[in-house]
Amino acid sequence: MEIPYIVETRADTGLNNVKLGIWLFLASEVMLFGALFSTYIILRVGAPEWPRGELSVIFGAANTIILISSSVTMVMAWASLKMHAWGKHRFYLLVTVGLALFFLVNKFFEYAEHVGKHEIPSYNTFFAIYYTLTGLHGLHIVGGIVVMLYFLGPGAKLAKKNPDQFTNRIEATGLYWHFVDLVWIFLFPVLYLL
Amino acid sequence: MDNVTTHGSVAHGHAHEHAHHEELGFWRKYVFSIDHKVIGIQYAFTGLLFLLFGFTLMMIMRWQMAYPGRPIPLIGAWLGQDRAPMGIMLPEFYNQLGAMHGTIMVFLGVVPLAVGGFGNFVMPLQIGAPDMAFPKLNMVSYWVYFLGGVTMLASFFPHGGAAQSGWTSYPPLAVIAPGQTMWLVGMIFLITSSLLGSVNFITTIVQLRAKGLSWMRLPFFVWAQLVTAFLLLLAFPPLEAAGVLQLMDRVAGTSFFMPSGLVISGKPMLISGNGNPLLWQHLFWFLAHPEVYVLILPAFGIISEIIANNTRKPLWGYKTLVYSVVFLGFMSFIVWAHHMFMTGMGTTMSAFFQTTTMIISIPSVIVLTSLLLSLWGASIRFNPPMLFALAFLPMFAIGGLTGLPLGLAPSDIHLHDTYYVIGHFHYVVAPGTIFALFGGVYYWFPKATGKKMNEMLGYVHFWGSFICINLVFMPMFIQGLGGMNRRMYDGGAQYAHNAGLLKWNLVIGFAAWGLGLLQIPFIINFFGSLKWGKAVDKNPWEATTLEWSAPSPPGHGNFLTDPVVYRGPYEYSVPGAARDFSPQFEA
Amino acid sequence: MSDSADIKNHLGKYWMIGAALLVFTGITVAANQLHLAVPLAITVALIIAITKGSMVAAVFMHLSHEKKWIYGALLLTVVFFIVLMSVPFLTVNDGIGTPIHVPAPAHTGGH
Repeated sequence: MEIPYIVETRADTGLNNVKLGIWLFLASEVMLFGALFSTYIILRVGAPEWPRGELSVIFGAANTIILISSSVTMVMAWASLKMHAWGKHRFYLLVTVGLALFFLVNKFFEYAEHVGKHEIPSYNTFFAIYYTLTGLHGLHIVGGIVVMLYFLGPGAKLAKKNPDQFTNRIEATGLYWHFVDLVWIFLFPVLYLL
Repeated sequence: MDNVTTHGSVAHGHAHEHAHHEELGFWRKYVFSIDHKVIGIQYAFTGLLFLLFGFTLMMIMRWQMAYPGRPIPLIGAWLGQDRAPMGIMLPEFYNQLGAMHGTIMVFLGVVPLAVGGFGNFVMPLQIGAPDMAFPKLNMVSYWVYFLGGVTMLASFFPHGGAAQSGWTSYPPLAVIAPGQTMWLVGMIFLITSSLLGSVNFITTIVQLRAKGLSWMRLPFFVWAQLVTAFLLLLAFPPLEAAGVLQLMDRVAGTSFFMPSGLVISGKPMLISGNGNPLLWQHLFWFLAHPEVYVLILPAFGIISEIIANNTRKPLWGYKTLVYSVVFLGFMSFIVWAHHMFMTGMGTTMSAFFQTTTMIISIPSVIVLTSLLLSLWGASIRFNPPMLFALAFLPMFAIGGLTGLPLGLAPSDIHLHDTYYVIGHFHYVVAPGTIFALFGGVYYWFPKATGKKMNEMLGYVHFWGSFICINLVFMPMFIQGLGGMNRRMYDGGAQYAHNAGLLKWNLVIGFAAWGLGLLQIPFIINFFGSLKWGKAVDKNPWEATTLEWSAPSPPGHGNFLTDPVVYRGPYEYSVPGAARDFSPQFEA
Repeated sequence: MSDSADIKNHLGKYWMIGAALLVFTGITVAANQLHLAVPLAITVALIIAITKGSMVAAVFMHLSHEKKWIYGALLLTVVFFIVLMSVPFLTVNDGIGTPIHVPAPAHTGGH
């Protein structure tokens, strides 16, 4: 089966399939998180009072720094691949996975602290939306980790067979990962600061 | 099935010989296949089964409405004590049937058949592609859909039964009623499947069009699928979010949709409150109105193909059709709150949404008019697919026109939540979309199987269904205008003002059971034709679009040579041409 | 953006943007310490978040030079995103009558 434009770009669109596909997927993700942000606004506007300063800014800021750094290492993993520096690519991808795991560990301690204080989702609407938004975002992080581990492990075989296709896949992974980072950039002020 | 295929990719600019000798095992070939045609057939078959199942639920409900409180014949004894003790349906079970009928028909029947089935099977063939852009993703879409379907079916069995808050699942009722959790999980599967599918569809249409197949040469069916895919892509995520929120409300005890001070059966709810029930309705209809167009646009596409083919004329106003359908898709995102005129929404918003609703009726009318004008002066071939297509036009027209009074806030106040609404949207979806889908089955069956369906059984199926389905839905307008509410367990008998309307419940009941019986010729035809149907060549309908240049059934990789497109999609009866059709694929 | 030489020129930019994002994160946190009035604080935080987001999108996701199909799809998404964001406005701002602030919850229940 020969499906065209898996690697090379189609002349009239200037795109390969995976690039268009991942962007369409991200478009739907924008609408998913859009609906949740919309929910946040509606609950906040409708609430008699909205708690502020419930969350630890330190935790939030640390996780922001971690995710931004992981975005940089992700783009470096892709760029190294473009420059045919295989070792560097592996290194940066591994660091990205490490940072992502670090993020989740932080998140776990943060959740544990709140649950310890009985601040569970049913405590109030603020914690409800906090757990939902960060939980869904956390699932996206987990998804990203799975994909990156795949490309560090069995998925890496493709790099020998078809290096260009592998690079495209890493680029798509990167686009997804940056999007996850981008969502957090909005989640941080919305939940932790305001 | 496994032809030796020769094809090349357009990208290389040369066709290279490529023979498929690898024999896939049974599982890889028919079950976990990544071939778009197999997946399309899987979708279509599963979709048809769910349509039958969803319709069966309604036939059971119709008994209760026609003969409230009488034991259900035949199957009543099998339903169990917590559903129908002594064969008499419980109100809770009635509600389950209603909610699941809607859910199954929309999300498990029509959409999978129209988009997953026809879209998957026909669209890549019509654009001259060897497969979908992401074949494995395509397989995943089907199996996630399948999981969603299994979850929905399984939800009938646990204690408390299936969801009972209508397919719209309005909170707070949906949050406190039993059965809803599995419904939500099932919906999340179905939405995920649709999202993956729509990414695949758009990428395929944008990237894999054959050489020479420019945008204005695309068959209208492909345009309809493209717009549909965008609707699914951008409208479904908000419902997925809303589903997650409702799931949180049920499982984690949050109050996203639960207002403060809620008292249920005299007991105050122990929840944190401050939620907003209207938020669900906004998020739900933000999807569910575009969803209406997800149901109808593929039908437009199927109908256009059949009409052009059987009138032996070009479609009237092809470009107008394309622009209308794109505009229709765009507008469908800003009309959703016309479902919510009765929620206490203010007059400014009502005015806005009723205006956009009136605007969106314009492209729908343009599409219908174009298709109607396409018939003018044609010598029409009245075969079964064409009969279904022809019936679609007036049926959809009735469905559409009866929608106008519902789209205007003042008249909606009177008609809201009555049988008039049921009549309206069923005219759009049942004798509208489902007739189009039947037409599509008759039309593309030869391509999928290499056999033609029996025409005589087709005529019986068509005329019988046509008469019965109108007897089912036309009386609903009478009942609705008379003020009969929907979702009445006793068919409305408890209200005095319905006294004169109850006789129609009998008419509708018998028509519905008749409609059920009249699907038997179709089922016989479907399976019988697989075995005994007349074998056909590549192009039995003498059609012009690309799918008819591939073998019937097409082998793996679809085309024997690289398809090249030389002209527009509907060049029938071109003056001076030797035959009355000039296919896209012939120079 | 395909040559490895071309990529090499971008490397510095990626690190720079990464650093700038961290700086902006610092600024957001610092601004938060000022305890501004809520509307002002929201404005400031959102402006910073939008700036950061655009930097990620433009540089890391290469949106500063992308193909027209991607811009098209995203433009459509943005339009409907804005529609979606108007949902709160629609729900809250335009209602008939005055909302009931329940003093005694006993009368509000269903049956």
